[in-house]
Amino acid sequence: MEMTGAEIICESLLREGVDTIFGLPGGAVLPFYGALSGYPKLRHILVRHEQAAAMAADGYARATGKVGVCSATSGPGATNLVTGLMAAQMDSVPIVCITGQVPRAAIGRDAFQETDITGITLPVTKHNYLVMDVRDIAPAIKEAFYIARTGRPGPVLIDVPKDVLAGDKIEFEWPDEVDLPGYFPPGAPDPRQARAAADLINRAERPVILAGHGVLISRAWNELQELAEKAQIPVITTLLGIGAMSTEHVLNLGMPGMHGMAYASLAIDRSDLVICLGARFDDRVTGRLSDFAPGAKIIHVDVDPTEFNKNVVADAPVLGDLKATLRALIPMVESNVHLDWIKETDTLRAEHPSLFIRKSDVLLPQQVMKQISDETNGEAIIVTGVGQHQMWAAQHYGYKEPNSLITSGGSGAMGYEVPAALGAKVGRPEKTVWSIAGDGGFQMTLCDLATAVENNIDVKYAILNNGSLGMVRQWQDFFYDKDFFATIYSGNPDFVKLAEAYGIRGIRVTKEEDVAGAIQEAMETPGPVVVDFVVKEDEFVYPMIPAGESVHEMLEEPEAEGVGFERA
Amino acid sequence: MNALSREQHTIIALVQDRPGVLTRVAGLFRRRGFNIASLAVGASEQKGLSRLTFVVTGDQYTVEQATRHLEKLIDVVKVSNISEEDVVARELALIKVRTTPTNRSEILEIINLFRAKVVDVGTLSLVVETTGEEEKIDALYDLLRPFGILELMRTGRVAMVRGKTGGRVSDDVGADALIMGRNGATAELAVGSAPGHYEGV
Ligand SMILES: Cc1ncc(C[n+]2csc(CCOP(=O)(O)OP(=O)(O)O)c2C)c(N)n1
Ligand SMILES: [Mg+2]
Repeated sequence: MEMTGAEIICESLLREGVDTIFGLPGGAVLPFYGALSGYPKLRHILVRHEQAAAMAADGYARATGKVGVCSATSGPGATNLVTGLMAAQMDSVPIVCITGQVPRAAIGRDAFQETDITGITLPVTKHNYLVMDVRDIAPAIKEAFYIARTGRPGPVLIDVPKDVLAGDKIEFEWPDEVDLPGYFPPGAPDPRQARAAADLINRAERPVILAGHGVLISRAWNELQELAEKAQIPVITTLLGIGAMSTEHVLNLGMPGMHGMAYASLAIDRSDLVICLGARFDDRVTGRLSDFAPGAKIIHVDVDPTEFNKNVVADAPVLGDLKATLRALIPMVESNVHLDWIKETDTLRAEHPSLFIRKSDVLLPQQVMKQISDETNGEAIIVTGVGQHQMWAAQHYGYKEPNSLITSGGSGAMGYEVPAALGAKVGRPEKTVWSIAGDGGFQMTLCDLATAVENNIDVKYAILNNGSLGMVRQWQDFFYDKDFFATIYSGNPDFVKLAEAYGIRGIRVTKEEDVAGAIQEAMETPGPVVVDFVVKEDEFVYPMIPAGESVHEMLEEPEAEGVGFERA
Repeated sequence: MNALSREQHTIIALVQDRPGVLTRVAGLFRRRGFNIASLAVGASEQKGLSRLTFVVTGDQYTVEQATRHLEKLIDVVKVSNISEEDVVARELALIKVRTTPTNRSEILEIINLFRAKVVDVGTLSLVVETTGEEEKIDALYDLLRPFGILELMRTGRVAMVRGKTGGRVSDDVGADALIMGRNGATAELAVGSAPGHYEGV
């Protein structure tokens, strides 16, 4: 059947198994929307701001492991996607964005709502397309999905001029294969590289595994556990690697780095081998590079060769898909118990109780997180914004499952918490989804509560409301003479009334004894709910390794000393 | 040991002729802080593919990162670092030099000496065409400079590995054995020139 460009996009999306598109229309993309209304299998979720479309697609992708899809019109619609694209690019999240462009003849003439979105998004996409011929649409979409989800995943944008969407009709043909002579996502590793890595593991006395987002992307959590158990190697998970191993597993040593558990950072410091699996030695993880894991050899497994030696020099780099690499590696690794080393890490845990929550008359954000963890049995999907609440969410929730923490790590994009949670819930409707929001970040994207209401997307929003840009305030307290300039929010709305204005339940909590009840009430209430947890304003995230310093300059919770083992 | 190192590396990239491919390459170099000393582009022997010759300045770390990032671009088919190879490297230059009736023969003598060609003669100027390695062009330029240079145009280096037996081509060199997973072993890798930490919240 002959089809317009717009219809070809819809057909192609169906071929790629797409079920949901987050977007907001405008003039240039309208022909696509015209076609979309005739495709009920493609559920369109209308957002209130295009940033939410990109971030919801991102949340959907992280929760499901599938490619998220969003769309926007030309010009301002397209530029509103940019922060979301950046977040997806930094955290290797597969999304495909379809934008409308002004008609071909108008390109380059500063037409109404014209912008060079392929130029603008060059640094924040894995690849992008400006499709100038209707015959190129289907191949571009096939390529876009392939590129987005394979190798190191990332966002791909497809910009289509209005007259390509709505112009000539052609016979729809879905290509059998992609034609990408310059793109080869690595598969199994070279056996010699795997051998070199295995030899280092077999010789190590104090090894640690540093598990990153790559473990989740490549769905290699079972292999990770198998390797760790076979050779009894403690597993440290980066912020984006959380969930790669259950926090209940005895070998899980938690998160390292700037606000990681002290014992995790100290274990890396004392290790003789760091086995880095799908992580990229971010500065928040390593601190000062010259002091990072000074006595350790480094194995670096990654699917992206540009990561090798970028920040940390690898003694044994292994290029390959992580799951395939671990499968190759496990038989070469000898069983071991590392008894002395495991004991040493136990001592570190006991001496540096980083998850200690002290008694307090004022409600503490850590208490809220701990309660949400208990009430959901560590089985919810947690989506966060960026700041202190994000770190408390990473620390005080007992994640049991892969892909259960969804957070903007590399780009640290405030405002992520509202839309990404929507995407996660749409992708995994059977899961309880809690968005842990900052009062700052929540106000960046709260307009999309309307999207939750309109589509009855059942997200529970917990605002850890400290009346400030808390994380920045903490830096001012520690490093800028307590000059709290431009970080105090004195004009916050009444979040309960705000929720009610959207026609949903709002609950305020100011005391610790009411926390559990409010969480239960929120979960028993169908549909989206906002819980405003009014927490201590000047609480600090501990431990903290100040930027550019090492584990030896770590600041630990002053009152935590001598408290002993906390979370089992 | 950093991107400011003047060490030069010659890199060949085989790229797909897709719109925007040069922007992608140039954007990548700017974004990652790699310095391009010269860049020459033109058709290859294969339909739909072009070859780029880059001269990149920087240390081993920089050139390694640059080649891997180039490889990563979807439209880039193949990258070869031919700096260590036996190559033929050439550049073409057009030099417009000021002339007077009295010095013209002196200038022509220099041009002949360099086996360069006069390709345009005006009343007050000559356009000289010369091809060769950069040093030869630099030397000719220096000798002509006292007469007054009105305009200089250089193409930048194009380079090709020598065929030897078997007609080896530049693309066979490979950017880095590790990326291609060919030799597998722990390839010698350059030590990073210590990227600093970043103070951000
Ligand atoms: C879009 C954006 N702007 C600014 C920042 C810098 N920043 C990092 S954390 C933070 C404070 C966030 O405040 P809030 O959302 O209330 O979270 P809190 O730290 O108080 O828990 C800011 C402003 C950022 N990360 N993202
Ligand atoms: Mg706040």
